[in-house]
Amino acid sequence: MHVLRLIFKNSFRHKLRTFLTVLGVSIAILAFGLLRTVVSAWYAGVEASSASRLVTRNAISLIFPLPLSYKEKIRQVEGVKSVSYGSWFGGIYIDEKHFFANYAMEPEHYLAIYPEIIIPPDQKAAFLRDRKSAVAGRKLADRYGWKIGDAVTLRGTIFPGNWEFIIRGIYRGRDQNVDETAFFFHWEYLNETMKKTSPGRADQVGWYMVEVRNPNLAADVSVRIDKMFRNSLAETLTETEKAFNLGFISMTEAILITIQLVSYVIILIIMAVVANTMAMTARERIGEYAVFKTLGFGGFHVAGLIFGESLFITLTGAAIGILLTFPAAKVFAQQLSTYFPIFNVERETIYLDIAAACLIGISAAAFPTWRAVRIRIADGLRRIG
Amino acid sequence: MTGKPVIVEIKNLYKSYRRGDQILPVLTDISLDIEESEFLALMGPSGSGKTTLLNLIAGIDKADSGIIRVGGIDITALSENELALWRASNVGFIFQFYNLIPVLTAFENVELPLLITGLSKGERRVHAEMALGVVNLTDRVAHYPGQLSGGQQQRVAIARAIVTDPSILVADEPTGDLDRVSAIEVLELMERLVHELGKTIIMVTHDPRAARMAHLIKHLDKGVLNARPQADF
Repeated sequence: MHVLRLIFKNSFRHKLRTFLTVLGVSIAILAFGLLRTVVSAWYAGVEASSASRLVTRNAISLIFPLPLSYKEKIRQVEGVKSVSYGSWFGGIYIDEKHFFANYAMEPEHYLAIYPEIIIPPDQKAAFLRDRKSAVAGRKLADRYGWKIGDAVTLRGTIFPGNWEFIIRGIYRGRDQNVDETAFFFHWEYLNETMKKTSPGRADQVGWYMVEVRNPNLAADVSVRIDKMFRNSLAETLTETEKAFNLGFISMTEAILITIQLVSYVIILIIMAVVANTMAMTARERIGEYAVFKTLGFGGFHVAGLIFGESLFITLTGAAIGILLTFPAAKVFAQQLSTYFPIFNVERETIYLDIAAACLIGISAAAFPTWRAVRIRIADGLRRIG
Repeated sequence: MTGKPVIVEIKNLYKSYRRGDQILPVLTDISLDIEESEFLALMGPSGSGKTTLLNLIAGIDKADSGIIRVGGIDITALSENELALWRASNVGFIFQFYNLIPVLTAFENVELPLLITGLSKGERRVHAEMALGVVNLTDRVAHYPGQLSGGQQQRVAIARAIVTDPSILVADEPTGDLDRVSAIEVLELMERLVHELGKTIIMVTHDPRAARMAHLIKHLDKGVLNARPQADF
């Protein structure tokens, strides 16, 4: 007979109580895991950032463009390996509910700077050949059933009119954290149209993507670029891709903090529930613990029984909760792909789930253990009968 | 006294409990010698201090003052941890309500005190089976307490008490929850433990029948000890 078996048997002495507690822990861990995944999804763009990529934008705001003429000047800055550019298009497909990121970009260098965007060579060649073509992410294409050669019309908001594109490529991400729901097309197509319809808006870009030769040079290169355009009509702000993406997140920081707080509150609530279960359990068995102590078992053994049972219940609940997190996240990812293009349950989330379960188990057992260890044997034995 | 070695020696023992601001004396100046292989019954009205004296002898409670020597060891000088270790190998406990662990089988309950002795699994099995053999319950090893009668449960408890081969057994109302037949069986078994295995038994009881099985009866009244011959019953 082993102590572990005794812990196991003790855990099922009140089957309904144990079942309900395990269920509560499972739901709490599931909710905690999903909320943490939402937080991770928020930071997915940051995680996918490369240390060797810089973003140069208008120093006033991202909504103000930069002249195309800056491209050659930036390319000549010491430490710069490659330069590309793009503009946020903000087109609407069908209606506003069908949101996805869509932007115009200079494809040749852009795709070289983003090696994590994988396009089959024949599709890439077809895309580069056809100025009215576009590339969609795998998930986006799946969502709308797009195939190579399909025509897609976007209604422009920033750039008015109906814009027609032919899907020439469908990309996938090299890594799990690459957004596969974006849609991009030739900046030249946008610019040529602007030259015809709004010449004043032609030859303007939303941002420059700058690849540096060495990530260690990123800070120096940023300073050099911004210094070059100081006191110009369009001053620049250059920052790492990570800082650029974090800038977006900081706008929604309050929501993120709220989500994080809610996830911790869930853990606190379930901690109280499990603590209540363990307190009832320990109170009912105080006589038994006295018998154990009478037989020569020390406080350490009694503590082991209570902590063991508490951890068994919480870890069982956590295991179920973690297992449920994956299918639940899949459903979330499908339903919320518009808002969270990357919604993966990360390993860190699982570690956090396990850590939370251990914390719940240990905290819930602490007070009952203290009482059980502290009680005098004679007092404990008097509770029997 | 029969001239046998004294195994329990109690001198000038005092014990009181505190209730609020009040101090309630429970045992007053108790002195008592118990010889080896003695079967002693402690009797007295409720609240006279019988169980308290038993707990002190068994090392599960602490005296205010006085000395309790068991097998030559002054247990009043031992720390909690030392007392726990001492109890594990020197004292066997028999309770009124058996106090078996309901989720463990008869065998597992008997094996329980051996888990802290450092014996191997095989050695524990031999000891537990032997103890269950002494109480004639080898056919009930896989039964849970809930599947046993009161008498059988008490016999399992006795097997658990003797499995570590302690020199002293303390029994608090061992027949208090049993019918007449089961009570007699248990008492006969306890008598066998004294005669055949040389155990010393100290038993608290209200039951004159149980007391009659004892070699010696001591009466406690308001915390003071008086001796009366067995023939009084």
